[in-house]
Amino acid sequence: MLSVENVVKRFGDHVALDGVSMDVPKGKIFGLLGPNGAGKTTLIRIITRITGPDSGRVLLNGKPMTDADVMAMGYLPEERGLYKKMKVGEQALYLAQLKGMDKQEAAKRLKEWFERWEMGNWWNKKVEELSKGMAQKVQFVTTVLHQPEFLILDEPFSGFDPINAELIRTEILRLAATGTTIMLSTHNMGSVEELCDHIALIDRNHVVLSGSVKQIRQQYSTNTYRVEFKGQAVAFANALAYHGELLDHQDEEGICTARVKLLHGATLNNVLAATLPVAQMIGLREEVPGMHEIFIRAVSEKNPDLVAAGTTE
Amino acid sequence: MGKIKLIIWREFITRARKPSFLIMTILGPLLLVGGMVLVTFLGMQEGGIQNIVVVDKAHLLTNKLQESNDIKFFYEPDELSDSAFKASPYSAMVEVNPLVLENNTIQIFYKDLPSMTVQNYISREIEKVLETEKLRVNNVDPATYRRIKTALKIQLFDIEKQGKQSYDQIKAFLGFGFGYLIFFFIFMYGAQVMRGVMEEKQNRVVEVLISSVKPFQLMMGKIVGVAMVGLTQFLLWVVLTLVLGTVGMGFAKSAISGAAMQPTTQMTTQLQAQMDDQGTVQSDAGEAAEMLGVAKAIWDDLPVTAILLLFVFYFLGGYLLYSSLFAATGAAVDSETDTQQFMLPITIPMIIAIVIAQTAVYNPDGPAVFWFSIIPFTSPVVMMVRIATGNAFAHPAELALSMALLIATFLFTTWLAGRIYRTGILMYGKKVTWKELGKWLFYKG
Repeated sequence: MLSVENVVKRFGDHVALDGVSMDVPKGKIFGLLGPNGAGKTTLIRIITRITGPDSGRVLLNGKPMTDADVMAMGYLPEERGLYKKMKVGEQALYLAQLKGMDKQEAAKRLKEWFERWEMGNWWNKKVEELSKGMAQKVQFVTTVLHQPEFLILDEPFSGFDPINAELIRTEILRLAATGTTIMLSTHNMGSVEELCDHIALIDRNHVVLSGSVKQIRQQYSTNTYRVEFKGQAVAFANALAYHGELLDHQDEEGICTARVKLLHGATLNNVLAATLPVAQMIGLREEVPGMHEIFIRAVSEKNPDLVAAGTTE
Repeated sequence: MGKIKLIIWREFITRARKPSFLIMTILGPLLLVGGMVLVTFLGMQEGGIQNIVVVDKAHLLTNKLQESNDIKFFYEPDELSDSAFKASPYSAMVEVNPLVLENNTIQIFYKDLPSMTVQNYISREIEKVLETEKLRVNNVDPATYRRIKTALKIQLFDIEKQGKQSYDQIKAFLGFGFGYLIFFFIFMYGAQVMRGVMEEKQNRVVEVLISSVKPFQLMMGKIVGVAMVGLTQFLLWVVLTLVLGTVGMGFAKSAISGAAMQPTTQMTTQLQAQMDDQGTVQSDAGEAAEMLGVAKAIWDDLPVTAILLLFVFYFLGGYLLYSSLFAATGAAVDSETDTQQFMLPITIPMIIAIVIAQTAVYNPDGPAVFWFSIIPFTSPVVMMVRIATGNAFAHPAELALSMALLIATFLFTTWLAGRIYRTGILMYGKKVTWKELGKWLFYKG
């Protein structure tokens, strides 16, 4: 749906983005991940046409983005706020009308949202009377009220307590299920792993890794499995033979949990076939690397001299 | 365009709904009029009763000076020593030398400086007594003297306007009043624009808005919205002042006619108690009637519609010029304290304008007045004086040039401010320098 092609942006001597490209597929949740200061917000501002790129371009459905496209999208900026002295309902209506919505329609939909999120009695409160989390909820509602096809959420979970963060998470999934394309930017990679279908990792103004989460997981798979069984660890290790290597194991009340790394050319089936005679299987699970781990590996592969030390959040 | 309207409406309604707006609208004219009355009143008021001792070495004044409610006279034939005066209850000591009829000089020693009103009162009273004495010495009949004594009045006529008196001085003051109003509005509402921009930047609303509207729309919406608040307030003031003025004029008129036509009414007797003779009362009433006549003559003489239209033009032009600069300042800084360095260059031309406008009241043809009524940063204030005196209409080319330059300049400053604004509103935590601002002008949109 959205493609960023070779975007370069400089502020004076500082290069904020250096040849950044990525594709956001339609109807998916796309994670834009990277540490603070990597250039995520700059990229988003270029997509939303708040600033222009020095070179490169942004295409929406194959055509260069227009102002009308930007108006149609939903954008929740990282740094966000509301008029403190204005009443919640009035303000939400104002923001909706600025997005081009009809006043009556906006009021109707707002009422629905307010009811669903149990904010019914907030309508005539001033924003300054709300807590930070409450204001964030209002902010989220105003972002998605006009039912945009394309939604950009910059650090959507900041300012929420765990319960409301879960509420937002559910809402994002619901929006995606109804066909909304969502670009979600965050420096907290763990928080969005399960949410995103596709990701792009940005570090120091470059895309270090991008693609579908499944693919990336496979690419960075460690081929390590956690095997739970009843039986002797020694017998298990012997049976593995050349199919796998026993990294470590724990015995607890007769149940052994072993971490097995497949050796070159071997498959999980080989391992199972070899060990079935000596072990009574209870559970089996692949050890998946976390996005944070993948990020560090991706960065250190690209810049072996830097290692991961400086980029951890 | 619809969005700009929305923004203008929000800016307007959130301000116009504030209780402070209503209070200022009602209190504005009252404060203006009340302030003037208070100043006059306080100027006339003394701190209680003034006991003044007259050291009458000339033996002319003793017991002849008329006292007022606040001023009491005491008489001493011989000089008081400094220490005696300091110890006395008298607030001032008037020393009248024996040769006062020749040198026309008295000396006042005081503990607290007597006000101009008190000084004038003393001077007038002593003058009266000395005059009577001089008339007696010179064998002149007081009635003859009153006939001889001449209070000259000057009536000015512009040869271009046959048969009409010109009141250029009064008109110039009127023009200065208009100029001052523009000055006041630019600062009051320009500052509101700046604070509005800073508020949006500080609480990050602008980040949310910026994907819905262009920064320039946001800036112009705010500027126009605040201008409408200003114009509404001004209009309400005009209406309120007219109402108050009409009521006041009505009272004044009835008072004057009552005093002039029926010298024996209660009012006159009241006045009579304070004044010497009936003649004074009638001449006072005559003066007031004359003032009304002058006011009427000026009103008839002035091209009121043209002046009001030009006032609105210069008000809007000056406001647009300065408020865009105020908006840019608000966008460039993070907090109110950082505004200082940018405020100075905005404030100085306005101060110059007011100073020049003051000189224009006395000399509307001077070269300084000419130049500053052309330069757009000062023209809204200075040109108003020339317009009110009619000077500007006599030089239509200069007026046209001044207006054209003002339009061109506010278009330019608005453009300039727009460039600074769109970069500034999204820039935090950076102490902005002039060099930095210069760079922003050339950032790619």
